[in-house]
Amino acid sequence: MANKFALFIGCVAPLRYPGIELATREVFKAMNVELVELQGAGCCPAPGVIRSFDQSTWLALAARNLALAEKQGVDIMTICNGCFGSLFEANHVLQHHPEKLKEVNQILGKVGMRYSGGIKVRHFADVLYHDIGLEQIKKHVKNPLNYNVAVHYGCHFLKPAKLKNLDDPERPKLLDELVEVTGVKSINFRDKMMCCGAGGGVRSKSSATALKMTEEKLKNIKTVNGQMIIDVCPFCHLQYDRSQKDLPGFDIPVIHLSQLYGMAFGLPRESLGLEAHEVKFNF
Amino acid sequence: MNLCYQCGTCTGSCPSGRLTAFRTRQIIRRAQLGLKDEILPAEELWLCTTCYSCVERCPRQVEITDILFILRNMATRAGYMSEQHKKIGENMLRIGSTIPFGEDVKKLRVKMGLPENPPTTVGDKKAMDDFRKIMEECGFDKIIKGGK
Repeated sequence: MANKFALFIGCVAPLRYPGIELATREVFKAMNVELVELQGAGCCPAPGVIRSFDQSTWLALAARNLALAEKQGVDIMTICNGCFGSLFEANHVLQHHPEKLKEVNQILGKVGMRYSGGIKVRHFADVLYHDIGLEQIKKHVKNPLNYNVAVHYGCHFLKPAKLKNLDDPERPKLLDELVEVTGVKSINFRDKMMCCGAGGGVRSKSSATALKMTEEKLKNIKTVNGQMIIDVCPFCHLQYDRSQKDLPGFDIPVIHLSQLYGMAFGLPRESLGLEAHEVKFNF
Repeated sequence: MNLCYQCGTCTGSCPSGRLTAFRTRQIIRRAQLGLKDEILPAEELWLCTTCYSCVERCPRQVEITDILFILRNMATRAGYMSEQHKKIGENMLRIGSTIPFGEDVKKLRVKMGLPENPPTTVGDKKAMDDFRKIMEECGFDKIIKGGK
């Protein structure tokens, strides 16, 4: 197994929920996986907005991030579905279409950079499940947790499944198993695999529509008494957490998988950054 | 796109279409017929969250989300870009991120023992200059200004 990755922190984690960034760094350190800094990385760029505006810009900016990791000779690990979606798919385009790679390199050349298609893009939950493994993770659980949790896979983690091939996109189990090693129970709920509503530029342009989708999900989770939502994407995280300002009465804390592991591994509470959360949570 | 036989599985799978007037099947049909003037100005074009549910279920394996990206790129170039989306473009040109960075989070980062600025374009001037240069080479600055 690879024990070294370039950590791609993205935008929403460091600029909105720094606890996700710090918990990831600490949790991987505890498991002896080295995360090297991707100094100077920029927005992935966001699949739903920047790709919607201009695919050439999207591809060139993604290639710049990929080139930064390639220069260090390490694969990228993302902590966000959006970053994963953009970087994985841009990498796929560049690795399979030499003419696109050539075009992009002409642009990167203007800033003295080059990408040759030599690295992989991984999602941190994929690394946890397939590289580190449930047995190994379990050894680090010092503080077993006891909650009924609603897992949210999000969209760009598993889909398009034809490209990503990580788990069944309709009935996956990867994330359910990853949360259950901490002692919590992953509960089933209606429309579990449905989108949170934020993606595709919908949150920014049509926030009422995004909010309606989130409300549906929160209702379904409340119906089965879910005590918290566990996500693997800071943007879904933000949508679930901040929407509850406009949707009072749910009071369901929203926790990124790295933060859940932080709690279970016994990290100090301060490194989880829970005070940035709209819905407060005391464990 | 021409593989689509209008079964409507996409519309039936769409979480946005459940709540809005967005009809995936209809957009694909209009695209097949080349009805640019109906597709590009329509607000509905921007109600897809790019969740890929339709792509997973399409019996003809039409790359619906990829088609949607192309249509949205065309709409953007035709000047149909919302003010909210222009703002996102401006954030990208300013700090290399879609979202702004506030003082309260800076303080929290320091309190947690993280550097005030993350090691990204947000806190790295040379990286930001390179990032902006790439956007300008692609004409992104002009694209977002051209929207109405």
